[in-house]
Amino acid sequence: MKIVVCIKQVPDTAGGVQFNPDGTLNRAAMLSIMNPDDKAGLEAALRIKDADPDNVEVTAITMGLPKADDVLREAMAMGADKGILITDRVLGGADTWATSSTIAGGLRNIDYDLIITGRQAIDGDTAQVGPQIAEHLGLPVISYAEELKIEGDSVVVKRQYEDRYHMLKVKMPCLVTALAELNEPRYMTPGGIFDAYDEKEVTVWGRNDLKDLDDKDIGLAGSPTKIAKASDKVRKGAGETVNLDPKESVDYIMGKLLEKHII
Amino acid sequence: MALEDYKGVYIFAQQVDNKLDNIAFELLGKAKDLAKDLGGVEVAAVLLGSGVKGLADELGWYGADKVIVVDDPKLETYRTEPYAQALAGVINEFKPEIMLVGATAIGRDLGPTVSARVATGLTADCTSLDIGNFPLNGTPGDGNTKENQLLMTRPAFGGNTIATIACPDNRPQMATVRPGVMQKIEPDKNAKPEVVEFAANLEENNRYVEILEVVKEVSKTVDISEAKILVSGGRGVGSPENFKLLEDLADAIGGTVSCSRAVVDSGWKPKDMQVGQTGKTVRPNVYFAIGISGAIQHVAGMEESDVIIAINKDETAPIFEVADFGLVGDLNKIVPLLTDAIKAQVAG
Amino acid sequence: MDFTLDKKHEMARTLFKEFAETEVKPLAQEVDETEIFPRGTVDKMQKAGFLGIPIPKEYGGQGADPLTYVMCVEELSKVCGTTGVIVSAHTSLCCDPILTYGTEEQKQKYLVPLAKGDKLGAFALTEPGAGTDAQGAQTKAVEDGDEWVLNGTKCFITNGKEADVYIIFAVTDIVEGRRGPQKRFSAFIVEKDTPGFSFGTKEKKMGIRGSSTYELIFEDCRIPKENILGPRGKGFGIAMHTLDGGRIGIAAQALGIGEGALQCAIDFVKERKQFGRPISAFQNTQFQLADMATRMQAAQFMVYRAAQAKATQKTYSVEAAQAKLFAAEAAMAVTTKAVQLHGGYGYTREYDVERMMRDAKITEIYEGTSEVQRMVISGALLK
Repeated sequence: MKIVVCIKQVPDTAGGVQFNPDGTLNRAAMLSIMNPDDKAGLEAALRIKDADPDNVEVTAITMGLPKADDVLREAMAMGADKGILITDRVLGGADTWATSSTIAGGLRNIDYDLIITGRQAIDGDTAQVGPQIAEHLGLPVISYAEELKIEGDSVVVKRQYEDRYHMLKVKMPCLVTALAELNEPRYMTPGGIFDAYDEKEVTVWGRNDLKDLDDKDIGLAGSPTKIAKASDKVRKGAGETVNLDPKESVDYIMGKLLEKHII
Repeated sequence: MALEDYKGVYIFAQQVDNKLDNIAFELLGKAKDLAKDLGGVEVAAVLLGSGVKGLADELGWYGADKVIVVDDPKLETYRTEPYAQALAGVINEFKPEIMLVGATAIGRDLGPTVSARVATGLTADCTSLDIGNFPLNGTPGDGNTKENQLLMTRPAFGGNTIATIACPDNRPQMATVRPGVMQKIEPDKNAKPEVVEFAANLEENNRYVEILEVVKEVSKTVDISEAKILVSGGRGVGSPENFKLLEDLADAIGGTVSCSRAVVDSGWKPKDMQVGQTGKTVRPNVYFAIGISGAIQHVAGMEESDVIIAINKDETAPIFEVADFGLVGDLNKIVPLLTDAIKAQVAG
Repeated sequence: MDFTLDKKHEMARTLFKEFAETEVKPLAQEVDETEIFPRGTVDKMQKAGFLGIPIPKEYGGQGADPLTYVMCVEELSKVCGTTGVIVSAHTSLCCDPILTYGTEEQKQKYLVPLAKGDKLGAFALTEPGAGTDAQGAQTKAVEDGDEWVLNGTKCFITNGKEADVYIIFAVTDIVEGRRGPQKRFSAFIVEKDTPGFSFGTKEKKMGIRGSSTYELIFEDCRIPKENILGPRGKGFGIAMHTLDGGRIGIAAQALGIGEGALQCAIDFVKERKQFGRPISAFQNTQFQLADMATRMQAAQFMVYRAAQAKATQKTYSVEAAQAKLFAAEAAMAVTTKAVQLHGGYGYTREYDVERMMRDAKITEIYEGTSEVQRMVISGALLK
């Protein structure tokens, strides 16, 4: 069985956000990590492999700058067998349509039974690339997986909704998007790290290595959505802050609550 | 076909168990504004399901001029493929210029699938939608500027940045919209929408999934995104037991207890009580942030609250930068006193 | 000469740091307070492969190098000295001598489960009457048919009672030397639960309080003949060579403790205000931090160099002794300064630096005191 996991290298927004002096986000200063939902997806794949190590192959694929090699090495240090990096200057600036078209172009080169993506990446939070890859490849998709198991030639997924879940079953090949809640990802191992750099390989694909992919569907130019404006969020200004003894603090805030007719 | 031939503002009227979701009404409220800005184009709701025709009138009350109904047993319970076939079918047939979908667990699956199927762009999780020029500073008639574009604004990078996005060369312009952000209108029960039944010719293919089981989860707590007053605690509360102080305050003021991510990560409170980027977006009338430092991911989920009151012992805590009223001090002392004062006020 | 880490080691550092912050740091205070061995953490380290880092894969290890192992102990010790020494004693003092001196059968039987972390290891040389002076040792092993019979007592044994496999040194022969009779030692592998092997007093310690330190008692303890490790009578050399490696581990522990305290001090002085300014604005604070950081940087270079020496050289006694001597004294000095910068808070158990200062002290004592390190270093100079 061949499982492909799509992963993304993202800035760690949880690890403290850094700003440039001009107030823009300093992405270079922020730690790059494997997107958490993707990591859960990778863990799910590795657990399937753990159960049948000789017959399951896990490939991690990413699209990004050359330095995204790091995140593939991390995936391999956790146990993925192979890594594929799709990188090319002409692919830059892609929106979710162009990104999913591009990754689908890469996936057409390889065999797979199951494709797992994270539900969404913490930088964009769109949750679009997974279902769109499935659409481009004509695969059934199950989003928001909080449990996943293999039953014969099918996968059975617990699909989360706001107030319920569905147990869904679908024949492979298919695509599943994983929630971080799916599992607790394992740590890399020291030996895995050595293997990832010394034994295992990352295949690098450029634009011309991608299959059945039209130029009008890639990069910034191939992106239907265009950024009209991007800015760091303007926040409403601070109000009043007082530093009083507890009794006075309460008197102060009671005054405000009454003034605003809250009580 | 020319882009100008796409007309009207359409919304996906999400229903579950043949009950319309609030998001449908919120989207209609916004769609009406957008339709007006576009010179009075039609507002249509797309209603997919099995035996759902009876819900059409309600959509009319909330602003739909037209309701397009695809009624098919295959649509009884949400599944990606039949719903995508139906919605893509409606789009291809009726050619709306704008298609809005709720950024719900359904909409965030259906939206991307359909947008890819009809080959257009999709902007996720929008918090603001407007009609304007693209580029923003362009002048109509300069040969480059496109008028009457949907400008979709959304937060990104965990709420650290905000981007406005357009989809100038493809139609429809599609967006998923965060629940709880748009305002629904006062329903007009005299309004009667035009109801159009559309046969989408749903075709069962390899992409249909089998539903083994549907399990409704009984919510243990009040939905914090519906609460008018939230008393929210962070790591600074110190222990799960100490949340008693917040519960007492919430009881006194008629509010609901919520919490920050740190509290959920520590296992003190369940995930459904979490406010923030990875939790719920809330906009109550009053938000008490108690022992919450105000990490940017948290602030992203509560800064739209009408009044924010922060209590924290660290005067440099970033929460004070968004608070309307900040109290620097020991929450263990202030909160019980405040609870007593509110009780006295209510009684008195 | 290259002072930068390659990608592999950078990634290993990221791993150890994340593990330490997530799994170890939240427990550090409790482990110190309750003096309870952190078994749960050991189980997690087993899963993550931290218990056989420099051991070849064919023996169940990770196949990484001594530098990676040293970085692991360093990062763990930044947040918890106890956890650092558990890994160090297991790896350097139990896995390493079996790898170096063990027969193939011994490696398969003992090293594989140790390196996989299924079993935990310990090392017992010190006795009540024999610390630095090994000739004072009284524990004896007598050959009896197919067995060795052990009698005697070992003390201050790290991972005692928690470990499954123990390397025990015992006198097997007495030979006439130039200065009278000389004891000849041999090394043995002894399993927990062997009849006649029991545990005595648990030490109540100043620092590394979660580390389990026990007295080991052997009363007619019979072990199979094949459990002798290395040649008969060569135990002293085995112990000394093993300690050379162990000292690199302890140097890494000291390095981590010092670096951890430095970071605590940096965080504290930025927040703590006196006279209306954060105390980081005072030049005394700045200069103290500069000295602390410089000392820890020097210690790191020495420890990493010793680790590289272990990977590439046959003997590395001097590198190991210098690294341990310097790192231990740096850790003691830096933790003491960190407490001072914390003022009254630093003397309370609310703050980690209090624990770190107590933890640092042991690194000047065990696996050869600083005085012993000076003997080793000067001995090589004056040879």
